[in-house]
Amino acid sequence: MAHSHAVKRYSGIMDWLTTVDHKKIGILYLAAGALFFILGGLEAILIRVQLLYPDQELFVGDTFNQLLTMHGTTMIFLAAMPLVFGFMNAVVPLQIGARDVAFPFVNALGFWLFFLGGLLLNLSWFLGGAPDAGWTAYPPLAGSQFSGRGVDFYVLGLQISGIGTLIGAINFLVTIINMRAPGMSFMRMPLFTWTSFITSTLILFAFPALTVGLVELMFDRIFGGAFFDVAKGGNVVLWQHLFWIFGHPEVYILVLPAFGIISEVVSTFSKKRLFGYSSMVFATVLIGFLAFMTWVHHMFTVGLGPIANAIFSVATMAIAIPTGVKIFNWLFTMWGGQIQFTTANLWAVGFIPSFVIGGMTGVMLAAPPADFQYHDTYFVVGHFHYVIVGGVVFGLFAGAYYWWPKMFGRLLNETLGKWHFWTFFIGFHLTFFPQHFLGLMGMPRRVFTYLPNQGLDEGNFVSTIGAFLMGVGTVIFLINIVVSVSKKYAASADPWDGRTLEWSIPSPAPEYNFAQTPLVRGLDALWKEKMAGNKGMTPAEPLGPIHMPSPSILPLIMSIGLFIAGFGFMYHQYVLCIIGIGITFVCMLLRSVFDDHGWHIEKEELEKKGAEA
Amino acid sequence: MTFLLTGCGNEDLSALKPQGPVAEEQLFLMKLCLGVMIFVFLVVMVIYVYVLLRYRKRKGQNIIPEQVEGNHVLEIVWTVIPIVLLLIIAVPTVSITFNLAKDYRGHEDALHVKVTAHQYWWEFEYPELGIRTAQELVIPAGKFIAFDVISADVNHSFWIPTLGGKIDANAGISNTFYLKADQANQLLQGRCAELCGASHALMDFKVKTLSEADFSAWVAKMKAPPAAVPAAAQRGEQIFKDNCLACHAVSAQGLSVGPNLAGFASRSTIAGILDYTDENLRKWLEDPQKEKPGNKMMIQKLSNDQIDELVKYLNTLK
Amino acid sequence: MSSAHETAGRLPAEPEKATLEGRNKILGFWLFLAAEVVLFGTLFASFIALRNQVPEGPTANELFNLSMVAISTFILLTSSLTSVLATMALHRHHLNGLLGWMAVTVLLGAAFLILEIYEFYEYAHLGHKFASSAFATSFYTLVGFHGAHVLFGVMWITTLILQTFRKGLTVVTAPKFYVAGLYWHFIDVVWVFIFTIVYLMGKVG
Repeated sequence: MAHSHAVKRYSGIMDWLTTVDHKKIGILYLAAGALFFILGGLEAILIRVQLLYPDQELFVGDTFNQLLTMHGTTMIFLAAMPLVFGFMNAVVPLQIGARDVAFPFVNALGFWLFFLGGLLLNLSWFLGGAPDAGWTAYPPLAGSQFSGRGVDFYVLGLQISGIGTLIGAINFLVTIINMRAPGMSFMRMPLFTWTSFITSTLILFAFPALTVGLVELMFDRIFGGAFFDVAKGGNVVLWQHLFWIFGHPEVYILVLPAFGIISEVVSTFSKKRLFGYSSMVFATVLIGFLAFMTWVHHMFTVGLGPIANAIFSVATMAIAIPTGVKIFNWLFTMWGGQIQFTTANLWAVGFIPSFVIGGMTGVMLAAPPADFQYHDTYFVVGHFHYVIVGGVVFGLFAGAYYWWPKMFGRLLNETLGKWHFWTFFIGFHLTFFPQHFLGLMGMPRRVFTYLPNQGLDEGNFVSTIGAFLMGVGTVIFLINIVVSVSKKYAASADPWDGRTLEWSIPSPAPEYNFAQTPLVRGLDALWKEKMAGNKGMTPAEPLGPIHMPSPSILPLIMSIGLFIAGFGFMYHQYVLCIIGIGITFVCMLLRSVFDDHGWHIEKEELEKKGAEA
Repeated sequence: MTFLLTGCGNEDLSALKPQGPVAEEQLFLMKLCLGVMIFVFLVVMVIYVYVLLRYRKRKGQNIIPEQVEGNHVLEIVWTVIPIVLLLIIAVPTVSITFNLAKDYRGHEDALHVKVTAHQYWWEFEYPELGIRTAQELVIPAGKFIAFDVISADVNHSFWIPTLGGKIDANAGISNTFYLKADQANQLLQGRCAELCGASHALMDFKVKTLSEADFSAWVAKMKAPPAAVPAAAQRGEQIFKDNCLACHAVSAQGLSVGPNLAGFASRSTIAGILDYTDENLRKWLEDPQKEKPGNKMMIQKLSNDQIDELVKYLNTLK
Repeated sequence: MSSAHETAGRLPAEPEKATLEGRNKILGFWLFLAAEVVLFGTLFASFIALRNQVPEGPTANELFNLSMVAISTFILLTSSLTSVLATMALHRHHLNGLLGWMAVTVLLGAAFLILEIYEFYEYAHLGHKFASSAFATSFYTLVGFHGAHVLFGVMWITTLILQTFRKGLTVVTAPKFYVAGLYWHFIDVVWVFIFTIVYLMGKVG
């Protein structure tokens, strides 16, 4: 039945600014994440250039501290997390056979809040200096007595971005719980959807702790509060607890989706179902749970006492068990398979030893007496780059090569892909392996220089060369993206002979995802149909009009409102705060009062697109 | 890799070259964990390499492999064995964690030192001996040193890699731990290991180990009233009184906002980072901010003459 | 536009759950409340860590007047009851009942806020200000955040009442009220914890 009201459709830039389509939002997240990844990468290159030789004076003191703070903050909050969200948006609804996410408007709002928060944070470079207290921002150093306005940008930018991330997670939880296609029980969901589900749960419980910490730091800095003011009875260790109660789950928020991508890629390119699916699901859930039980291992040297240290040491070691289970399951997925070394699979295969090394040094760090030596040295820097780059970034690159055709209708070039892989992989190991030794040999972290002839010269030199190589690899990837736009890389619906539902629809996916919601008959739903001799999925419903949500400019405006309020707080211009928050509240009011009736894609249009089952 | 580990770094700085029992216990645990982890890595890599070689797709090959759901026995094996391996690591870990938490303050065989971290220098007080110094920690070899560590401003972390791991110097909350040096007549390096501001990288300190006899002699010297200033250095002394005394005490009993300078001329470094030479001392006095950005030393611009006199005086503070 | 009208007979039994959007909203809101539990939990943890840190200014025991706090508590708990009555009216498809009980809830919420503002004003005069001590900062942050939540709830439910006058009770407006009711119960539960941990424990030491 056709609708009589006007259908709002935009084109060009307005289409992207008002979209509530999860596929477009996914691309927005990937583009923004990539931009911030490059920015964070430049910050890293500058750090490594300064550390190429001892006693250099290119970037020293506060300048260097700004570089290291922004490198960490940008990479974790503005690059890795949005790239993860990008894939979740692009892929999860397709994998569960859904037409859309549960809250398209909230999903868009999540993106714009993240983006404007990130923009606010990075404007600090131009407005008096970036934050310089580390991505961990420990008071008193991060308090107003010991650091300048840069930390205000950190506190406000991350609060705004953080709200975006939280609502994005709620969106995915409801989508996965309520909107799976008929026949897709929880134990028939692809692993990437499972890891997205657990990740979203982690975000739900971890981000509020960060928000509270940031609010408390903001209250101290801007309103003279005394949470962390020792003279007034404040406690500096309280910040560390709040930060790491968030911070530890955060790293699992980053890595679990990467695990999910590896499961998909390894399985597809071995032509085998995932070995031990139930164990993998159970291991993911256990990792998610244990993630909240280990935060004190970041605080072993704070002086909490042997009992606390011992308990958290054991809990930290425990996480190694389900993680190890996963590694073995991936290896045995490949066992007996027919392994194709596409670029996506190269990244997955490169991930395995790299992440295992990172996990090994993680277990080493879990022992408090040993950690007393490792903590706050380059050993830790080596460890976390092994798990974040060797784990998360490799997983994201694998996902990029794997899902590029589904998102853009184009394949990435395989030859350039292999060049990208090998330069980045070799560069990565050159950069971070020596750092373990530098730490053991007495080099603390977050230092802008080191003395010559202390045994630290060669390691730093090699590490910087490796960083340049990683830069080259990244440039090759950017070239690949440009090259892939040309027609000869056009992709079919299912270029990899895939196993899951996203490969059962055209590339790129149509606006409505599925013309008819599919009927799922087992794990690896598409593969099951292929093995039964069918060309595609059996539909679970007849062809009919499809309801679509309306685009809206409100998410962008709401985010701008909070952005303005952020400036107001920072500069103590409270009129701006009122205006900014007012703008956001007015938009919320409009959204509440004017219900969205959406619009419909009619059956005739679907039939024209050859969608008849 | 274990072989590599034992041969790495400088003897006065590397955690891999322990100079005391705490660092030794910690290195033992590090090697144990590393050994177990290397075993795990090798197992994983053997399977990995085998699988990639044996099951890679050959040219023209186009089969659908057997779709294996899983294997309960394998799942149990690779869950139980890691648990056992972790127990092997966990038991000594917990034991050593408690060992290292022993409180040696008040112990007869221990020396008590209070460490206060500042931006960007280290203050050392020996409360039972009634003396105070800065930047160079002098300790007797072979005795337990019981530390109380705190910060006067932001969080720092007190680390002497060759003697043992670090403990944070928190603002407002004191921590306690112990170390011990095995050998006398060593000059070991110390580092700040918590980002504390612009000159975090330059907050080095030194640890001088002495025999018991030498240490007693040093304590006696510190406690004795300052020696008379020779005539040649008296102009410098006046310049010091006019410009520096407000922040720097020269007697080991004195309390001051800035580093205590008793025994300054016997120290191996200036401000923890410059080798002790007249040249470097002049450089420091001319522009301390240039050498250590953001440090709290406020000195008037002095003429070259005045600096020369000041250097002569400071050189008498043995 | 006609005024509000009864729609009994055309609405399903639990109208808020009758559509996928409604069910999504309810699940989504429960999840949001889980996040809020962590939010308030960490604020409580901060308060508990700092509640005895009063180098300057009056202590909890000296400040708190339990009889006034008891009145606030009674008001807020009653407002929770009235919001339950509103939800029951929702399920009976009784629009006037729903709007009426929600209006009472809002009024009681506003009364709670007025009392709390007065309470803070008194404390400030007694030397207990935001920047006075770690105890003071954590007190005002925790109790203030709760108050801000009550204020938001009052504004939110008011806008729902006003828009539903025009739209009537439908499968679109029903989930909004249901979810607002959940929110109101949540802030009531948080208040019970505040009353216990801040005020009662403050008096007992």
